[in-house]
Amino acid sequence: MKILKVPFKNREIEGLKAGDEVLLSGVIYTARDQAHQRLVSLIQASKKLPINLAGAIIYYCGPTATPKGKVIGSCGPTTSRRMDEFVESLLRGGLAGMIGKGRRSKDVRQLIKKYRAVYFLAPAGCGALLARHVVKNELVVFGDLGPEAIYRLEVKDFPVIVGIDSAGKSVYEDL
Amino acid sequence: MKIDKIKKQVEKIVARAAFELPADVSRLIKKAYSVETNKRAKQALRWILDNARIAKKENLAICQDTGLPIVFLEAGSDIRVCARDIEAVKKGIESGYAKSYLRASAVGPLKRGASFYGGAVIHLDFIPGVKGLKITILPKGFGSENKSALKMFNPTVSIEAIEDFIVDAARRAGPESCPPFIVGVGIGSTADGALLLAKKALLQDLAKPNFDGNLAAMEKRILEKINRLEIGPMGLGGKTTALAVKILKAPTHIAGLPVGVNIGCHALRRATAVIK
Repeated sequence: MKILKVPFKNREIEGLKAGDEVLLSGVIYTARDQAHQRLVSLIQASKKLPINLAGAIIYYCGPTATPKGKVIGSCGPTTSRRMDEFVESLLRGGLAGMIGKGRRSKDVRQLIKKYRAVYFLAPAGCGALLARHVVKNELVVFGDLGPEAIYRLEVKDFPVIVGIDSAGKSVYEDL
Repeated sequence: MKIDKIKKQVEKIVARAAFELPADVSRLIKKAYSVETNKRAKQALRWILDNARIAKKENLAICQDTGLPIVFLEAGSDIRVCARDIEAVKKGIESGYAKSYLRASAVGPLKRGASFYGGAVIHLDFIPGVKGLKITILPKGFGSENKSALKMFNPTVSIEAIEDFIVDAARRAGPESCPPFIVGVGIGSTADGALLLAKKALLQDLAKPNFDGNLAAMEKRILEKINRLEIGPMGLGGKTTALAVKILKAPTHIAGLPVGVNIGCHALRRATAVIK
């Protein structure tokens, strides 16, 4: 079990191997389909981004509404593959890691190796359990997208498994 | 009077479906956990079981994808159902989702934009044996729904080919559909009919065997073949890739044999209310 602070300050990514169980503490940003489309459009138009990508971790998640008295609603991972086409732009912009569910394309695996990034798997279908690990939740931008907006989450001991490490090795090699 | 009752009952089952994993599903996951020897798979199943416990305790959605709400209405011969009742169901869904702080996952298909509570898909069947109005909600998440499959077979196709198609659909569903799955299969009817049967198959009690002996044998064979894929929970390997396979059939045309597959993820959420 590895315990890591995010965003990564040093090259802790290099020490991670596919299959490692990790607990993340620190800041991650949610973003899914629509937000990715908007971010990449801004990058292509050379406009300033609403989040600082350098060293950042993006979590593919669209949470439920937040019940009274809670920090966040149910917030498990969505299928990562839908965001594959946006990965290159973001990695080039400095993105260090992604958290999601399921396989990535071969291209994405190679990009993760090229940019020495990392892809984590969050417990799939376990949004209630993961909500317990979110201590702060703030809307950053794209509020019109509701659950698909970019939220800044402060997480504590957020359980993940290394899906693809910076050497490009994947837990899903056999599938 | 009845309109208000319908709305309130629908709000109740919206909450129950979102927060409480059905007992038949939970039992199978516990069984899978007890027989699992793969360390990662066992951890994934542990997470799933802990998640269900936390969701029920804290009234939090089991999964953040609280689905596109699918409603199955069954009306008996002793009541009347009209359009206003259906509108009451739709209102109950919207207010239920809002009251339970679920997710607005419905959008216009092409323009997308801001999502909303709603998008309910409603089916109404008249069943002589049923008393009152039985309302079942199946909030369907799209990680699994996106892996739906349909094949229009020739009428002379072998059973083996049909089973291979179903197993292959499960294989292609993979980790993205949150295994261990419940696999719904529809055989016969029309193209849309087969897919609807596959969806209805997910409503079946997983603890009860298929009363059709032939289909029960098919279900058993297909389940074994799917588990031999060893995809496992989160696709991390292991003994259980599917918890159950359920097949429903209906008469079809002499020139065809439609087979539909609908994958249910491990968070197969469903809840029922009966209004007398």
